[in-house]
Amino acid sequence: MKYVTEFRSGALAQKLAREIAALVEPGREVKIMEVCGGHTHAIYKHGVEDLVPAEVDFVHGPGCPVCVIPMGRVDDAIALAERPEVVFTTFGDMMRVPGARGSLLEAKARGADVRMVYSPLDALELARRTPDRQIVFFGIGFETTAPATAITLLRARADGIRNFSVFCNHVTIAPPLRAILDSPGLRLDAFIAPGHVSTVIGTRVYDFIVEEYAKPVVVTAFEPLDILQAVVMTLRQLREGRCEVENQYTRVVRRDGNPRALAALEETMELRETFEWRGLGWIERSALRLRHELADWDAERRFELPGRRIADPKACQCGEVLIGAIKPWECRVFGTACTPERPIGTCMVSSEGACAAYYNYGRLARRRERVPV
Amino acid sequence: MTRARRPKLRDPIVTLAHGAGGKATSALVEGLFLEELGGPLLEALGDSAVIELNGSRFAFTTDSYVVTPIFFPGGSIGELAVNGTVNDLAVAGARPRYLSAGFVVEEGFPVADLRRVAAAMGRAAAAAGVTIAAGDTKVVERGKADGLYVNTAGVGEIPDGVALGPERVQPGDRVIVSGTLGDHGMAVMIARGGLELEVDLESDTAPVHELVASLLHLGPAVRWMRDPTRGGLATALNELTAQAQVAVRLREDALPIRRAVAGACEILGIDPLYVACEGRFVAIVAADAAEAALACLRAHPLGAEAADVGEIGADPPGLVLLDTSFGGSRIVDMLVGDPLPRIC
Repeated sequence: MKYVTEFRSGALAQKLAREIAALVEPGREVKIMEVCGGHTHAIYKHGVEDLVPAEVDFVHGPGCPVCVIPMGRVDDAIALAERPEVVFTTFGDMMRVPGARGSLLEAKARGADVRMVYSPLDALELARRTPDRQIVFFGIGFETTAPATAITLLRARADGIRNFSVFCNHVTIAPPLRAILDSPGLRLDAFIAPGHVSTVIGTRVYDFIVEEYAKPVVVTAFEPLDILQAVVMTLRQLREGRCEVENQYTRVVRRDGNPRALAALEETMELRETFEWRGLGWIERSALRLRHELADWDAERRFELPGRRIADPKACQCGEVLIGAIKPWECRVFGTACTPERPIGTCMVSSEGACAAYYNYGRLARRRERVPV
Repeated sequence: MTRARRPKLRDPIVTLAHGAGGKATSALVEGLFLEELGGPLLEALGDSAVIELNGSRFAFTTDSYVVTPIFFPGGSIGELAVNGTVNDLAVAGARPRYLSAGFVVEEGFPVADLRRVAAAMGRAAAAAGVTIAAGDTKVVERGKADGLYVNTAGVGEIPDGVALGPERVQPGDRVIVSGTLGDHGMAVMIARGGLELEVDLESDTAPVHELVASLLHLGPAVRWMRDPTRGGLATALNELTAQAQVAVRLREDALPIRRAVAGACEILGIDPLYVACEGRFVAIVAADAAEAALACLRAHPLGAEAADVGEIGADPPGLVLLDTSFGGSRIVDMLVGDPLPRIC
């Protein structure tokens, strides 16, 4: 596996680990939020926490596209999927996310035609092949996946495919970061900013974090060596008293992002006035909907949706986990009422969710932390 | 020896997760079937039941095969149905002897394909030295089945002196796999199409009884064996740690995984530890016999890539851990449902 193993070298990891150890001030904790669920997943999958001193605390941020979808939207998705004329297509991760009426996986077992796709283009292809059915694609994700939806919409319009539509739940990364930075009692020293989102939107969007909130930002790729290198870069900024948006992912990310992807987004989608985030509540101008010109491909306009708002379950502390106020295992239902097989909160569903990553990979570390020596 | 707490089945309906071999499957099997059908033979939850009749011991097992597509690189549902049951008998320490074959065929299924499957079963049975001694055929209406399902049951003789079981596994023992991991599962996933991955990869479907028999010459140093089919090596070892109340510590850089399998898994966001093998087994062997076990496996073409991948520990009981190549460690848990590809 060329181009992957190079970024997982144990020898290089040891070298970076020594650098990190030399950069921390003993006893002074540095809280670094890795915004993206992909980072959370990589940290746990490769055991990155074992290579950094206790002073470096990874706080898992809100960048898991599955985790931020509120229950009401899942219910809307299920309502769509249950319409007899609809084939509901979705990324695999979303299948297990619970709404108030169960998950898409359960809806499928009850008879709804729910199919997993790897790309919205696969859903469009399905629409082309099955003209007698309505193919709805569940548009999920940040600016990472939104351009693929945008390009699919443009192709659907160009080819005149009318039995295809998108249930758009795409969200944007900057507003929840601001919401987190504005939340009272927040203790964060720096951000490891998402790599893949930044390939699309560039790094300028994070300028407000250094300018208005004085927190260093390092845009980072997803291999474990990348993450360790980002920790080195972050600690250097803190030690040298710098506060900048740095780019660790120079092999792909450009300051201005990807203009073609941004143009496709601009052509097809616009900001919603407000959107509800799981655990974070309503955040203004934080999500995308289809533009009026694409109304014919907008599932929200083509079909009637229940659109009911479902309050997050009371016991669930996903919101506090998502802003890093508490660790997954500090949630009152973690590992007891809320497990990957019966998730209450979305953070427990996707392998990118902080709770699921912790539950699946990291319980041992916590056990170690709690065992008195 | 059985797990302390039996998982509860709380789901109102059966979903695909119940068939994926992970936690939901355990809940279905233990929370429903064991409760209704229980008894000491079934409770053991081994690959085969071990039955004593007139002083002789027999292994007895059954398995149903529902693979899509029916023909894939390296084999078909026919080879799978024979080899899968042969292997379930073999890893119980038995010499496979007799198989039954049941066919559920969907109306409209091409006879030529059915003949190809039956011929594949005949060849596989001859290669494994088993006799297909009984059979059954059912045809269902179009749309009521997905082409063809095959069920096989099998009986094998357990030679005197062979004693395998989770209770024999001890801290310090080694974890040995007989070959590369995940070939079958990935070959089938890629053969389904839709991924547009061009990968040169074949299923590993094969009978492992000869390989097992040669290993059994090491005597009581061989503690426990299993063929890591659905749910892969991770699931097989989680079942062991739950039953034996031991820990397993795997070394990521020792795992034999083909580059094509690793690459396809990487693209799909799937962990090869959970991907099915159909011609491999995992054996727990006493540490001082590990070298001999590897030599004996590697002497056989099917075992050329056998590897010592980890160790049995005492603590923490019930957990499978992995030391990553990167230098960290993590838990390798039971899967929750089907391995679903990640969004991004």
